[in-house]
Amino acid sequence: MAIPVAYNLRNLVVRKTTTIMTALGIALTVAVLLAVLALVNGLRTTLTSSGDPLQIIVMRKGSESEIVSNFTRTQFQDLKFKQGIASGTNGQPLASLEVITVINLSSTDTGEGTNMTVRGLQPSGIEMRHGVKLASGRWFQEGRRELVAGKSAADRYPEVQIGRKIRFGRGDWEIVGIMDAGRGAQASEIWGDLNQVSADLQRQEVLSSALVRATDAVTAKALANDINNDQRLNMNAVSEEEYYAAQTASAAPIEYIGIFVAVIMAVGSAFAAMNTMYAAVARRSREIGTLRVLGFSKGSILVSFFLESVLLSALGGLLGCLLVLPLNGITTGIGNSNFSETAFNFHVSPEIMFIGMAFAVILGAAGGLFPASNAARKEILTALREI
Amino acid sequence: MFRFLPLVLKNCWRNRRRTFLTIASISVSMCLLGVMIAMYHALYLSDATPEEALRIVTRNKISLTQQMPESYKNRIKQIPGVREVMVSQWFGGTYKDPKNFFARFAADSDKIFTIYQELKIPADQRIAFERDRTGCVIGRDLANKYNLKIGDRMALVGDIFPGNYEFTIRGIFDSPRASEIMYFSRDYLEQSLPERRRGNAGVFTTLIDDPASAGRIASAIDEEYRNATAQTKTESEQQYLLGFVSLLGNVKVFLIAICAAVMFTILLVSANTMAMSVRERVREVGVLKTLGFTDGNVLGMILGEAISISLLGGALGFLLSTVLVGGVAHSPAGGFLPPIAPFEPSVAAACVATAVVIGFVSSLVPALGAARTPIVEALRSTD
Repeated sequence: MAIPVAYNLRNLVVRKTTTIMTALGIALTVAVLLAVLALVNGLRTTLTSSGDPLQIIVMRKGSESEIVSNFTRTQFQDLKFKQGIASGTNGQPLASLEVITVINLSSTDTGEGTNMTVRGLQPSGIEMRHGVKLASGRWFQEGRRELVAGKSAADRYPEVQIGRKIRFGRGDWEIVGIMDAGRGAQASEIWGDLNQVSADLQRQEVLSSALVRATDAVTAKALANDINNDQRLNMNAVSEEEYYAAQTASAAPIEYIGIFVAVIMAVGSAFAAMNTMYAAVARRSREIGTLRVLGFSKGSILVSFFLESVLLSALGGLLGCLLVLPLNGITTGIGNSNFSETAFNFHVSPEIMFIGMAFAVILGAAGGLFPASNAARKEILTALREI
Repeated sequence: MFRFLPLVLKNCWRNRRRTFLTIASISVSMCLLGVMIAMYHALYLSDATPEEALRIVTRNKISLTQQMPESYKNRIKQIPGVREVMVSQWFGGTYKDPKNFFARFAADSDKIFTIYQELKIPADQRIAFERDRTGCVIGRDLANKYNLKIGDRMALVGDIFPGNYEFTIRGIFDSPRASEIMYFSRDYLEQSLPERRRGNAGVFTTLIDDPASAGRIASAIDEEYRNATAQTKTESEQQYLLGFVSLLGNVKVFLIAICAAVMFTILLVSANTMAMSVRERVREVGVLKTLGFTDGNVLGMILGEAISISLLGGALGFLLSTVLVGGVAHSPAGGFLPPIAPFEPSVAAACVATAVVIGFVSSLVPALGAARTPIVEALRSTD
């Protein structure tokens, strides 16, 4: 026969100080794990919503990112008329030649300089990014030193505001608009006119990369293969979706360190939970004896104490989840493969909270096993005699 | 006070399992704290090494990815206090597989070992490298990782500088830092580039004669090119390297947040243990008081017990952390980190101080409670 769970619950309530302290220790451990997972999850959300599976990024063979890629205008003419590229509203193929550079701005967060991506592109490039809408101001005009900045960039950098000027290339660039890219990585970029940016960078002929849009999913695959196999072009094509997915790797160091820290803290917390449970067993010797006299088996004592430890840690897990909830939506930045920063929000999802709860329960189970078996092994008479 | 030390230690020993578990719990957490404090110290608080303090780095003000005319070096060299200027260029590219990431620089081959005094290379290898335009030198860690020896060929495929480049390894150098680095001659790179891309510099590394003049020389360089097309930003090598760390994300906040969480966890663990052990002993406290121990004695004994336990845990944890820190310093990321000494007195002091504070704070409430309990009530307690 099993001992009712209410017995364990009541015990946890009676020893409330100890219970709360142990649970808080577990909560902090869970919170550290969840904070890191929320960070990685947020970055992943941003990156997956940045790419469109129908669009293909074309870079020079051997280039892993746009910043190190080279793309000439002649090559672009060859690429533009490939089979399978969709047409835009003006009947022209949806293909965008782009140039990328990085500028260093000082951040409000850290006061240190942070790198930002500046992208030079043509109207077709804007048309192709469906997720990007103008939030305020206007788009840049061709042939002028004007920029439109992403919302995250504008939120995070005092220099990036409508009307302010940024100096790079051969002069001052005025910010004329702010664009909203939803969760997309484009929100951390600054856009300008392709010809003006490339002229200022003295890169009129050799630009960075191209983006093309396929008519449908099947054509997208074929188009990518076609570009990859074109010896004359010597280019590497990946779908925009894959390109951004691969960038999740930039969170890997933080993810590793975070998980490492959480596991070490978990070892510490498991010891603490063990301590609490041993004390509980020691203090309730007589109770255990009484329960045995009443006819509860060794097994049910074991299960009961084990369950109590799991309940204790589940409470900790719950508190941990509550602790990280305020992090949800906070913006932070991380380096990307273009040697600049991608801003994203912490994202505490139900999946992550589930992982946190599971982590807490495992931790409590590890901490509760020995004390529970210790309780079960007590001899009835000695247990009853203990004070 | 120390008269009671044997009694304090005996009290620690009475519930061995609990003491052991508490010490284990504290030491594991303190180990983590030790690693975090050591990283923080190395990144933000440590002084530059003597060699590092003598170097300043100039890059394009817009960002590191923009170049500057190579000719800037002539005017930099004329600034009083400048001993040598080296032009270097981040090469990028791939070695066999894109996953094989390590730093590759094209630099003035005759100046590398003058500027980086701490890189040790046998004289004959250095001469062989300087004479061979297609030669390269690699760090010991890189040589070990890919099993490379002097005389081997290394082929790189360029991306920023498209093309196939082949090098002969002429020397292997030792560095106090992680050394997954390759240097080769900038002349080779320049020759392979089309006319319009020649004559550019990624960064200038300047060797100065006195660390005290670093600020003056840095502003002199930036002032010199204030009205040029390519403006410069000159900073100490330490700051320059920190720029790379900040690219990882907000590392400072990350470290502080983890330290705070760990510290609070230890505090809870320790407070819990002390509360449990005091609760068991109320009657005993009554007996002690009857024997003539004052409230102050009781208070001191309980505080002492908590502090000894957390000190022992802290010391064990710190020892463990020195082992882990050694591992961090030798990881590939170690190249961007300042050298982390396995034993850093200020880090050790911080850990010990944390342990004492935690022991004190965690036991203050139960100790005060025990000290204030009247004798009769304490003796009557059945708990």
